[in-house]
Amino acid sequence: MLLFVSVSSKAKIKGLEKIDRLFNTYANSSLGMIDPEGIEALCSDLGVDYTDVRILMLAWKLKAEKQGYFTQDEWQTGLKALGVDSLSKLKKALSDLEKEVEKPSNYEDFYTYAFRYCLTEEKQKSVDIESICELLNLVLGVQFRPQIDSLIEYLKVQNDYKVINSDQWINFLRFCKEISFPDLENYDATQAWPLILDNYVEWMREKHS
Amino acid sequence: MENKAIGLDKGWDYMQKGITKLKRILEGLPEPPFTSEEYMMLYTTIYNMCTQKPPHDHSQQLYDKYREAFEEYISSTVLPSLREKHDEFMLRELAKRWANHKVMVRWLSRFFHYLDRYFIARRSLPTLNEVGLTCFRDLVYQEVHAKVKDAMITLIDRALLKNVLDIFVEIGMGKMDRYEDDFEADMLQDTGAYYSRKASSWIEEDSCPDYMLKAMSHYLHSSSETKLSEKVQNELLVAYANRLLEKEHSGCRPLLRDDKVEDLSRMYRLYCKIPRGLDPVANIFKPHITAEGTALVQQAEDATSNQASSAPGVQEQVLIRRTIELHDKYMAYVTDCFQNHTLFHKALKEAFEVFCNKTVTGNSSAELLATFCDNILKKGGSEKLSDEVIEETLEKVVKLLAYISDKDLFAEFYRKKLARRLLFDRSANDDHKRSILTKLKQQCGGQFTSKMEGMVTDLTLARENQANYEDYLRSNSAAHPGIDLTVTVLTTGFWPSYKSFDLNLPAEMVKCVEFFKGFYETKTKHRKLTWIYSLGTCHINGKFEQKIIELIVSTYQAAVLLLFNASDRLSYSEIMAHLNLTHDDLLRLLHSLSCAKYKILSKEPNTKTISHGDYFEFNSKFTDKLRRIKVPLPPVDERKKVVEDVDKDRRYAIDAALVRIMKSRKVLGHQQLVSECVEQLSRMFKPDIKAIKKRMEDLITRDYLERDKENQNMFRYLA
Repeated sequence: MLLFVSVSSKAKIKGLEKIDRLFNTYANSSLGMIDPEGIEALCSDLGVDYTDVRILMLAWKLKAEKQGYFTQDEWQTGLKALGVDSLSKLKKALSDLEKEVEKPSNYEDFYTYAFRYCLTEEKQKSVDIESICELLNLVLGVQFRPQIDSLIEYLKVQNDYKVINSDQWINFLRFCKEISFPDLENYDATQAWPLILDNYVEWMREKHS
Repeated sequence: MENKAIGLDKGWDYMQKGITKLKRILEGLPEPPFTSEEYMMLYTTIYNMCTQKPPHDHSQQLYDKYREAFEEYISSTVLPSLREKHDEFMLRELAKRWANHKVMVRWLSRFFHYLDRYFIARRSLPTLNEVGLTCFRDLVYQEVHAKVKDAMITLIDRALLKNVLDIFVEIGMGKMDRYEDDFEADMLQDTGAYYSRKASSWIEEDSCPDYMLKAMSHYLHSSSETKLSEKVQNELLVAYANRLLEKEHSGCRPLLRDDKVEDLSRMYRLYCKIPRGLDPVANIFKPHITAEGTALVQQAEDATSNQASSAPGVQEQVLIRRTIELHDKYMAYVTDCFQNHTLFHKALKEAFEVFCNKTVTGNSSAELLATFCDNILKKGGSEKLSDEVIEETLEKVVKLLAYISDKDLFAEFYRKKLARRLLFDRSANDDHKRSILTKLKQQCGGQFTSKMEGMVTDLTLARENQANYEDYLRSNSAAHPGIDLTVTVLTTGFWPSYKSFDLNLPAEMVKCVEFFKGFYETKTKHRKLTWIYSLGTCHINGKFEQKIIELIVSTYQAAVLLLFNASDRLSYSEIMAHLNLTHDDLLRLLHSLSCAKYKILSKEPNTKTISHGDYFEFNSKFTDKLRRIKVPLPPVDERKKVVEDVDKDRRYAIDAALVRIMKSRKVLGHQQLVSECVEQLSRMFKPDIKAIKKRMEDLITRDYLERDKENQNMFRYLA
């Protein structure tokens, strides 16, 4: 009996050890966590670009708080949830991760997370337009290519807003999902859409008239 | 007194004589009227014959003979006369005969009255009255009623009709069945057809007023008026409503255009009885007013752009005057022709709201209205009017204000101009000031006027304060600064915000200011004084070669001039350095002193505009025929600032309204929130939907509100 337990706990400890060892490969020893350099290294080892959306997904899975950093806790919890403890397993898990994120129940969570991840300063509530455009492209570009291209074009030319807040962000996704494109027929400005989208629709309609 | 019984025949003979006499009277034959004796005798005869002891109690026979009297008369005289006439004449005859019959019944039943009291009552028989009428009905009515109906339908004469109709009703003796059964059903149907034919011909031929006149004269008996009128109404008015009203040369619009008050009143009376009948009229009324109003606006625009010679703002003032006149005119229509009906009040209001909010030559109507008031109220304004006229005009202006959506803009412009008047225009009439504030308060609420009232109060206090200051000066004469200083202390919140630059005051003035500060601090410790030199006035004596002239200038101008006491010649930049002013201000100042009407300073080079490289000298050669001149400094255009201030206030107002609403509702849908917000603010201005959305976003960022997770159109208040 005792032997049985100790074998499994040994196995557990062994599994954790591997995860920790992997952690230490990339961690910055003085900080005690993986920093941007470490992440870059991790990416190249995984054969994935630093700006690839899958890294964002990984961060989401890890529930990473701070952009560009993974703490040990986050690493441990995340990799355990993924059920991986080695680099090769992690690589394989990334493609599964993509499918997991795309599940409707997860997607909105991921999308919201992506915005929060960009709030690097303390008490920051909004993200600048440039970064938003990149983020939109990264996160929604594949699924909603035409809408995103057009929206990004507008965001760059308009002057009313220099930053985007979380409410506006979440409504971008809603917009892509609910509004028919490119006719924008079912868009109703008297509803609670953020003003920036009202302005965008006006701009689109003027362009095409 | 005779005690012997009267025989039936003898008694009846006597009665017969009376009846004959009555008939002769009815036929219009020469016959003296009944004397009261004759009447008494006839009555008594009946009485006796009825109260005799049987077998001489002749009540039954008398009752029968009473009826027979009618029957005989009708058959022998009445019916023949009716039979020989037709149509209208027959109707006239019928009416006459009926009237006669009623008289006959009245008289005979009086003679025979005793029967009513005992005989008839005891046996529950029809009364004498009933018997009389029944005779007519059974004999006359039965025979003629069909003919009568036909005749009536082709008739137009209302009075006659009414008389004949009354027969139908009265024959029914209180019940309408005679009328309804015999007459009404057919009448309604025939009338419908009849009027439909008539209407289709009238609509072609007649002008709208004529048509209406004909329609009015066609209402029939009041009891069936509902049913009949509906039919008539339907055929005459409803079916052709639009055609009638739209008639090009005589329809509603031309009537309005030509001010045909009578016809319009008639139109109202006709259509007001029809459910929703007034809607088309109101729908023509409203655009008519809107068109006239818009035309006025256009006129003003054109006139301003064409006549460069007329003073700026004249055309706008004319526009306001004309708008007031237009309002008076159409309000009179609403109260007189249209009997104060809410539908028309509404039409008037909406029409005015449309064109009163148009901008004219870039100025909003709110501003124009404020300028108009200013002109009336200020001394030396373009209108020199008596007090009553001023009062009246101000009342009308306040009424117009109700139609303008940007009331807060008006308030701000008005406040600015009021401030100017209060500070520079001391002799203007106080009563008017107070009365217009009262009116504005009634119209727009206390919040609107509280600041302005504060301003007026400030001035009253300021005068007191000045008196105290002068006492203080007298008691401290040693420390007198050497210049007479009058200070008006204003409460910051009430007055419009003024830019106050830290002007480098000339030394003489600095002393004054310090001295006053000392005085003020003896009165109140906790207030801070900020000096607004841009509003000050100075009287300076200029010692010119020819004579000394007193110059009335603004404090800024005085500061510039006093520099020349110390130096003969100064450059632009030197002046600027001395005084610490902005380029804009300095340009204006120097222009007013060297390039305008009075050249107090001479400028090198002697061009018409100021540039940064110019040099200035005291112009000792300056002179004027007057000993005291005012050197005006044209005021800065306040419009932009006013609009900015108002926009800022609006943002706060929208914020406050949104928070207030959400705080009490906790959760609310987007559309409802927006509409409640608009409702709350409507007293002051009409908020832009986009502005509201923007403020909502701001409130979301500041964590006052959040969007509901489930329902994107719902908002939640975050405590």
